[in-house]
Amino acid sequence: MTMTVLTEISLSLLYGQILVGLINGAFYALMCLGLSLVFGMLRIINFAHGAQYMLGALVAYLLLGRLGVGYWISLLLAPTIVGLFGAAIEAGFLRRLRGHDPLYGLLLTFGLALMIEGGVLHWFGSGGQPYPVPDALKGGTRLPFMYLPTYRAWVVGVSLAMCLVLWLIIEHTKLGSYLRAATENPVLVRSFGLNVPLMLTVTYGVGAALAAFAGVLAAPIYGVSYSMGSGLLIVVFAAIVIGGMDSILGATLTGLALGLIEGLTKVFYPPAASVIVFAVMIAVLTVRPQGLFGREE
Amino acid sequence: MTPTNLDPARAQRLEAKDLHAYYGESHVLQGVSLHVEPGEIVALLGRNGAGKTTILRSIMGAHVRRTGSISYGSQELIGLAQHLVPRLGIAYVPEERGIFASLSVDENLVLPPAFQAGGIGVDEIHCMFPNLKGRGRTPGTWLSGGEQQMLAIARVLRTGARFILLDEPTEGLAPIVVDQITAAMLELKEKGFTVLLVEQHFDVATALADRFYVVEKGRITDELHRHELESRRDHLHKSLGL
Repeated sequence: MTMTVLTEISLSLLYGQILVGLINGAFYALMCLGLSLVFGMLRIINFAHGAQYMLGALVAYLLLGRLGVGYWISLLLAPTIVGLFGAAIEAGFLRRLRGHDPLYGLLLTFGLALMIEGGVLHWFGSGGQPYPVPDALKGGTRLPFMYLPTYRAWVVGVSLAMCLVLWLIIEHTKLGSYLRAATENPVLVRSFGLNVPLMLTVTYGVGAALAAFAGVLAAPIYGVSYSMGSGLLIVVFAAIVIGGMDSILGATLTGLALGLIEGLTKVFYPPAASVIVFAVMIAVLTVRPQGLFGREE
Repeated sequence: MTPTNLDPARAQRLEAKDLHAYYGESHVLQGVSLHVEPGEIVALLGRNGAGKTTILRSIMGAHVRRTGSISYGSQELIGLAQHLVPRLGIAYVPEERGIFASLSVDENLVLPPAFQAGGIGVDEIHCMFPNLKGRGRTPGTWLSGGEQQMLAIARVLRTGARFILLDEPTEGLAPIVVDQITAAMLELKEKGFTVLLVEQHFDVATALADRFYVVEKGRITDELHRHELESRRDHLHKSLGL
């Protein structure tokens, strides 16, 4: 009798943590995709990616509070606004650093992240603001071992669908072949008559829009706060290093896997949950310095 | 499928006047003047590091800072955005071939957009380079060096470009592959393409080119026509260190 109760408790804990892991993993995957896309094309480690994620959530929150614009429109509108902001940052600032040490791009985006987060802290305060779950996604389903909230299932589904669509575009379309080619050798792609500087601006904008999209998805779960992106970003950086900096697919899959690994660690050995990502990173880099899916230089 | 015969007149005259080029602080081309007439094949000869590749890169505006003048027809190329040069019908096949590892052979082949009408179709390209046929889904860099060179040439023929800058197309290839590439280039010549060629193999260069420039230390030091080759062979060998 006691055994059965224990098993039921641990099973529901296990499934619960798998779900949490999947949700986190879905966010990681979306973030990794944008970050590795930007890194591949611009050779910039975009430290503002977390701030752009937060901006997505903040814009959705403001659209709702000030203009009464709901979740579904915000899911498109907030990434568009943040994406245009990103494109402007690229055209106005990052473009000027091209040809210099990539470290300057990292410093610029890091400074930008501090300014954005500082601004949001100043104007909106440090407390998190709640964002309601849209009506259509309220409620949940009782599964044999757990309760599955509809919104969380939606987040996992739509994130993975978004990653899949982007992967298909990158791997199987003409536009994707331009992106892959420009990632390898931008000067040559330009000598074929393609407007690579414009491609870089658009890519950075798309990266920012992807982060913002994840931010809007996150708002009903985690609320909206100035620092919501910075914690996430550290794990996402670890994920793209583990996956291989030059592999978009590798980074994205690793993001998802790390979410699950974190969740499972919480079940089996909770104290290690916050460091397991870095333990995996150390282990992988020891064996494969170029990352799991990275090409050897 | 009708074989493409280009009207040479659709290429323009290329002329460089007092061209200087720099990589950072290093002053590589020091006043180069040359011209290429439509339908002509011109070879740049010279030792390694003389500036031959830099001349091609300067025309494309890739990697280098330039002063002076390069005109293509009535269009000045210096100051023109780099991605607009190919739209005039000038194509560049770089020394390192530039086949993309993350693209399949077919994706590599169709990557450069066709900006001018009358490019060579994929079927005809497969006739010219049978090695590329049936390899479409193979990653580009899985091809042999010679096949990669064929792919690098083939993909610019698709674009309708009439003026081709070819950098060391036979470098590092086995003699039999050098012969294949040379045959392909002779076919281009028959089709009326205009070519500015950098070629280390003296025999390949003399088999193809109508005219030669000798490049030394960033300057043009000599110019000769095909019919002057025999009489000046010794002199040429000496200045090229052959």
